[in-house]
Amino acid sequence: MSLEIPPDLEALIDESITHYPVSKRSAVLPVLHHLQTHFRYLSSEIIEWAAAKLELEPIHILEVVTFYPGFRQEAPGKFHIRVCRTLSCAMAGSHELLASLCEKTGIDRKNVSHHHPIAVSPDGKFSIEFVECLASCGSAPVCMVEDDLYERVKDADEVLKSYF
Amino acid sequence: MSEITYKSGYEPHAREHRVIFRNVDRVGWDTSIDTALADGAYEQLRKALTMEPAAVTDEVKKAGLRGRGGAGFPAGVKWGFIPKGNTKPVYLICNADESEPGTFKDRYILHQDPHQLLEGMIISCFATGVHLAYIYIREEFPMAAKIVEKAIAEAHEKGFLGKNILDSGFDLEIYVHRGAGAYICGEETGLIESLEGKRAYPRIKPPYFPAAMGLYLCPTIVNNVETLCHVKHILEIGGEEWAKTGTKNNTGTRILCVSGDVQKPGYFEIEVGKLTLGEVINDMCGGMKPGRTLKAVIPGGSSSKVLRADETFTIGRGDDAKQISIWDIPMDFDSLAACGSMAGSGGVIVIDDSRSISWILNNINNFYAHESCGQCTPCREGSLWMKKITDRLVTGQASPSDIPRLDKVARSIEGRTICAFGEACSWPTEAFIEKFRDELVGDTRPELEGAVVNPETRIANAGLK
Repeated sequence: MSLEIPPDLEALIDESITHYPVSKRSAVLPVLHHLQTHFRYLSSEIIEWAAAKLELEPIHILEVVTFYPGFRQEAPGKFHIRVCRTLSCAMAGSHELLASLCEKTGIDRKNVSHHHPIAVSPDGKFSIEFVECLASCGSAPVCMVEDDLYERVKDADEVLKSYF
Repeated sequence: MSEITYKSGYEPHAREHRVIFRNVDRVGWDTSIDTALADGAYEQLRKALTMEPAAVTDEVKKAGLRGRGGAGFPAGVKWGFIPKGNTKPVYLICNADESEPGTFKDRYILHQDPHQLLEGMIISCFATGVHLAYIYIREEFPMAAKIVEKAIAEAHEKGFLGKNILDSGFDLEIYVHRGAGAYICGEETGLIESLEGKRAYPRIKPPYFPAAMGLYLCPTIVNNVETLCHVKHILEIGGEEWAKTGTKNNTGTRILCVSGDVQKPGYFEIEVGKLTLGEVINDMCGGMKPGRTLKAVIPGGSSSKVLRADETFTIGRGDDAKQISIWDIPMDFDSLAACGSMAGSGGVIVIDDSRSISWILNNINNFYAHESCGQCTPCREGSLWMKKITDRLVTGQASPSDIPRLDKVARSIEGRTICAFGEACSWPTEAFIEKFRDELVGDTRPELEGAVVNPETRIANAGLK
């Protein structure tokens, strides 16, 4: 299956490259963000496309994708949930929150590892990742569903109710 | 200016001194430029553009503004490191990668008052001769990136950005650059590598001091969000007047972020050094939770060294030297350094007597093991071993000799890495062992001394991943 980049996505990408008049390579992160937002994860085809776009070797893109936790090489669920696991959130119960979110979405984290941090629900609707500090320690525990932050989460249902 | 009211339940504490957070949680406030302009935004930019750039830098130096990102280095001095007679372009980067655990102040500036940051940044760029600047925002702040991008577009429309700003002949473009979830991008040279489209491997200093050889090997100023915001307020009242807030050598206000085991965690902008840790915990945060007592405090982000509740500290020198308890430590750069820790990023994490120190240290070590960039061997391997040993500790599979082993690993990292992450990841372990050795040893099992246990089995048993 060949990769199709919709014209409006490519226009966004081209615009972001103009932010870096000195070096096109600087646009690697924004270009990957646009691609990941559209395709949900970064396949090897997408990595090759980005390399060609920025006149780089694919390895220059792959090394970036594998370095930054924010880039995914595996498909997440329709709604990707990130639960903060760092100290203040852990003290406020983020481990319990994670367990409860997994239970309610039917997600099994047994195969999760450093290189495969995302677990997806059987219906593909949700995925969960236990991430490092989301910088909202004063309203712990927190989690994000896609771009939305949920603070002082007492119960998994508070987070999930608008997505079920 | 009209009286400011704050949203119910979000009113500042009576002992706060709001400057940077003046508009945070303010009733009737939004992020639009019209709201900001009606409140006097960009007036200090107009003033700066009538001054000589060097005069702006002088005001910042007079103010004694120390960087609010972690190191506390004087901002004006940092600006002065741009080589004399430089002919290369100069860049400025706002470090909005806020990611030190326990710190959450920049989040509110970016989400609620983007024009304050832009004004501070434009003035700073004018002072340092910058025509292209970036705001490096962490990936986990997607809304903030949108808000700041909108603010930049608005500032363009009004002529505060772009070519010939307010007919001064000064040109400047600012762009948002989003990170991708790596803590190391908060380190200024790692941030620069990331902005060049690479892995965020920090560069070695010397020679790569950003002010001399930064972005694209050109002079580059990297300042924290809060630091750049202060520049605007320094111009408003002048450096000398600004320096009257706070205490000597610890001037101005700073935002403390308090989290953990207190009744009311949150953010508090205080005059530096004017409040003690006890006042912050008891007055501002409503004290400890019912029936709980203080066990320890991490005073400046998770990499700062922990303070034990029953320690005695010595601050001041010579005749001024005095012995104080943890409750009486003034919250400023120098006092916390004298107590063997640091003010760091302003993230105060309070720990009460219900907490297991092994569990706390294990959580911190997990963080650093995950976030080590992997460039330097002592840090890459050491951070992982510190995590593994404390994994054993929390699952009852550690032996007493694991504690000196853990200490040795930590001390083998510090000072042997390219960037300060080596210190950041080893200090918590060193300090927790120094101050809570008995409790850590108490979580070990003497009968496991010398026992060989397959680490894979151990991790599977513990359910740790």
